[in-house]
Amino acid sequence: MQAGKLVEWLVKPGDHVKRGDTIAVVETDKSNVEIEVFQSGTIEQLIVKQGQKVPVGTVLASIRGEGEPAAAAPVPVAAAAKPAARINASPISRKLARELGVDLSTIKGTGPHGVIQRADVERAAAPAPPTAPAILAAPAVEPLSGMRRAIAAAMARSNREIPHYYLETRIDLHAALGWLEQFNARRPITERVLVAALLIKAVARALTEVPELNAYWVDDRPQPQESINVGIAVSLRQGGLVIPAIHDTDTKSIEETMEAMRDLITRARSGHLKSSELADSTITVTNLGDLGVETVYGVIYPPQVALVGFGKTIEQAWVESGMVGIRPIVSATLAADHRATDGHRGAQFLTALNQSLQEPDKL
Amino acid sequence: MTEDQIRAAIFEVLRKIAPEADAKSLSPDDDLRQALDIDSFDFLNFLVGVHEKLSVDIPEQDYGKLRTLSSIIDYLSARVA
Repeated sequence: MQAGKLVEWLVKPGDHVKRGDTIAVVETDKSNVEIEVFQSGTIEQLIVKQGQKVPVGTVLASIRGEGEPAAAAPVPVAAAAKPAARINASPISRKLARELGVDLSTIKGTGPHGVIQRADVERAAAPAPPTAPAILAAPAVEPLSGMRRAIAAAMARSNREIPHYYLETRIDLHAALGWLEQFNARRPITERVLVAALLIKAVARALTEVPELNAYWVDDRPQPQESINVGIAVSLRQGGLVIPAIHDTDTKSIEETMEAMRDLITRARSGHLKSSELADSTITVTNLGDLGVETVYGVIYPPQVALVGFGKTIEQAWVESGMVGIRPIVSATLAADHRATDGHRGAQFLTALNQSLQEPDKL
Repeated sequence: MTEDQIRAAIFEVLRKIAPEADAKSLSPDDDLRQALDIDSFDFLNFLVGVHEKLSVDIPEQDYGKLRTLSSIIDYLSARVA
């Protein structure tokens, strides 16, 4: 991406903003991007006008930090990018960013001292969703090809560099679905929870027991991540997929997890995700059960070290304590990076996942 | 409310969920989710949309009855005011 057009200001001078707020929408050649601020303060001046097309690196606005005097020097909020000189990125990541049309200023580096690395660029590039208006206006291949290209780059690298191992277990969802039925019976349709929320929450809970799977592989070593941000694979109707993160999934209630899913999926499909939501996943969960798939063998999204796949819930004969019954069974598959973990830990993760789903009231 | 009005309301909700799909080309017995590639999240959104448009309560245990256009119209016709 060389330039961006400022589509809309969402703030005006004098408005107070806090870190993470969206202040503007910029149209790039691939999608609309919601521009966030990275410090709290007061908007002093809007430098770029709506409708204006500016090169990457242009300062869009000035913001006065909290406690700073009014005459403080303008602080770049960054249009589609902060000034290039301020970006701490490796040469190969810069090259890749140019090739994939990724704005380095929207990426949080995971390298030493926050250096943006190739993996950060690939991770940020693949999820960028083409916006609905872009699709409606230009059903040609361009908006999709960028995403497809980025997915191809990340997945090719994954298969090239990550020694995957796969483990599968079958989980009896009788308890979870029974609990969910009672839970939903008390709620209006607008507040009902899907079983997917339980599965995601159970993954987060299992990660607290096997934290090695909640990590990035960077600089030839695993780097455990403090926050558990489960990324959910969301397919887009126009093709491709994005993986927005549910931040701190382990600390959320079932209702909060469902609400986060609802919010992220809705915005993913309308092209309104924030850059940070596309870059923060620490593990990916993909669920293809809706399409009738029984077992998922996923490809890990680098630099993550694990992906959990769920298939279709199928009623089948199930033996327990010597008795045969019909139970709703789902296949859960772990794809894990063998550099970061061994099958033993992977198996413990699946056991913890199963256990969590047998105790849905504790999720 | 007539059957045509219910069908129109259904199509209106579907247009928001699957704007690129031609809902009117649906056969009465097509599986709605398969034909329009609607996942469980969007199916819930569809039911919420229908609920809000027609003020019909749809208990979760009835979701399985709402597979085809004709079964949805039948279901709603029996409950709509």
